[in-house]
Amino acid sequence: MSRTITIDPVTRIEGHATITIRLDDAGEVADARFHVAEFRGFEQFCVGRSIWEMPGITARICGICPVSHSISAARAGDAILGVSPPPAAVLLRRIANLASLIQSHALSFFHLSAADLLMGMAAEPSRRNLMGLLADRPEVARGGIRLRQIGQRIVSLVAGQSVHPSWAVPGGVREPLPPSHREQIAALLPDGLAIVRAALGLLEEIYDRHGSEISAFGDFPSLFAGLVSEVEGELEYYDGVLRFVDAGGTVVEEIPPEQYDLAIAERAEPWSYMLFPYYRSRGGEADGGMFRVGPLARLNICDSAGTPEAERELVRFRDLRGRGRTVTGSFHYHHARLIEILHALERIGEMLDDPELLDLHVRSDAGINQQAGVGFCEAPRGILFHDYEVDADGIVRRLNLLIATGQNNLAMNRTILQIAGTFIKGGKFSEGILNRIEHGIRAYDPCLSCATHAYGRMPLRLFLLGPDGTLLDEAARQ
Amino acid sequence: MSGGKNGKIRFATVWLGGCSGCHMSFLDLDERLVELAEAAELVFSPFVDTKEFPEDVDVTLVEGAVTNRANLAMAERVRERSGRVVSLGDCAVTGNVTSMRNLLPTSAILAPFRSADGRAGSAFLDYTSVPELLPRALPLHQVIPVDGYVPGCPPDADRIWEAVRALLRGEPVALAESMRTFG
Repeated sequence: MSRTITIDPVTRIEGHATITIRLDDAGEVADARFHVAEFRGFEQFCVGRSIWEMPGITARICGICPVSHSISAARAGDAILGVSPPPAAVLLRRIANLASLIQSHALSFFHLSAADLLMGMAAEPSRRNLMGLLADRPEVARGGIRLRQIGQRIVSLVAGQSVHPSWAVPGGVREPLPPSHREQIAALLPDGLAIVRAALGLLEEIYDRHGSEISAFGDFPSLFAGLVSEVEGELEYYDGVLRFVDAGGTVVEEIPPEQYDLAIAERAEPWSYMLFPYYRSRGGEADGGMFRVGPLARLNICDSAGTPEAERELVRFRDLRGRGRTVTGSFHYHHARLIEILHALERIGEMLDDPELLDLHVRSDAGINQQAGVGFCEAPRGILFHDYEVDADGIVRRLNLLIATGQNNLAMNRTILQIAGTFIKGGKFSEGILNRIEHGIRAYDPCLSCATHAYGRMPLRLFLLGPDGTLLDEAARQ
Repeated sequence: MSGGKNGKIRFATVWLGGCSGCHMSFLDLDERLVELAEAAELVFSPFVDTKEFPEDVDVTLVEGAVTNRANLAMAERVRERSGRVVSLGDCAVTGNVTSMRNLLPTSAILAPFRSADGRAGSAFLDYTSVPELLPRALPLHQVIPVDGYVPGCPPDADRIWEAVRALLRGEPVALAESMRTFG
């Protein structure tokens, strides 16, 4: 008798989704799917808008990484104007993008995942959240709140406000950085560094607690993709080349990011509003051309971190799988996030000392000179592309948005299948096992910006389906 | 006020058709979250693991417009089970960016979803797996009665805190004029 287990909604992720797990007649896992429940249609309703509006409109795709969208949209605009933004504008965009990464990663690690990592996957569900963590591990929870605040505060000091700043524009940014703001940013960095070092100190406890289970959380070979700096191959979030690396650490392809569509295509499935991007050349292979993006991918594809403390941590990270090996387990996304926060704080510190930072010239003026432009950056969750075609007046006629979370869609589905298959035996499962499956999604920190999707009155529904698919019985587990 | 455990206010946040920016701004309360946790129990929210919207909620903040059938069902359940419901942010208050799709028919919005054999949109999607889009995205008060509004895209943390404090005291949300701006 086959059955379907539904998790609805998946909680403590940035968005709304459901998971269904299909069991075969023997009660073994046959299939698992991650359904994304909302679609808002930006690629359709932005047709007819001017490139000057695009940073402001597309920021509203996502309240967690609005800065990354506005920067990618502004950069598509740079290409359409045919200008290079002034050096100060580039520095400020880079700082805002890294600060946004700090707040987003802090949210993922502390607010959303730490309860699982430090209290246990099967901890009491009503306490397994930030509020429970505040009671159990107040120093960790308060540190996380403070670290996210530091990231948000730096975004505000550079761009005017923390969520949806109207700041990045085609040609540069709207405001230079006042000297007093530079001092305020500099004053925040030591505190941030102390918190992230303490969080790295929690890893031993986390790896001990979850020891034997870690390899069930999405450990499989795949391609990894993202930006690296052009010459040194360092961690890079704004420019450089788009690199694809395989699970053995071999560079498979390197292309200019503007030509992303030569390497990446997308397909649709009827059961999710999130498209499935894949690596074109391997689309016909068993894994469907799966690749992973984001913190784990960035640490796997770079040759070095480029800042001293993060470099030391990167070497330790790669030792997780033996010297210099690619880390293929998605559980390690959490660890990778902390290293990236460390790197971001170090890099921001370096850029604050750049003599061009306070220059008042932050915007290059021009009219519409090109009919198309691609803007990109590494968003917290991975590489993000905004690809626009415009008419002579700069009105968007076609656009493609390739969003980071979407690029992990194949890997997320593969991950929940692996976790479900490991823990569900003979049709038996518990709330703690279902939370492990959800945690497999949390590791990727997807930002789905999705609507609540909860039809049923039951937290979990089991459907017993006959061989012809008719509903024989329905049960709920409270 | 029904009061929950330890006489705490039973507090919920819900997000419908929006970007979660209002929820991010809510988290920008930072240390004030600790103060909130002392006064209220967060019984349902994207940040906690409750799977079903519970009974007897005192206060619910709702982010987002009503854009699909799941939002519609959720909005109705929130109204039925909450003492007071407050629209949080411009999408809930006016429809805002989420309602920009209303200029186009849903068939055009769903154009990216198509199969190799030419089925597209509703003919391609499986509505037992994902919720069907409504013909138009609506502000919350066009679907259920609403007891208060906190505008802004997103409303900043100070504005949210002002509203939350009034709600915790059992008072109506009456923001100062400077806190009633859009965008």
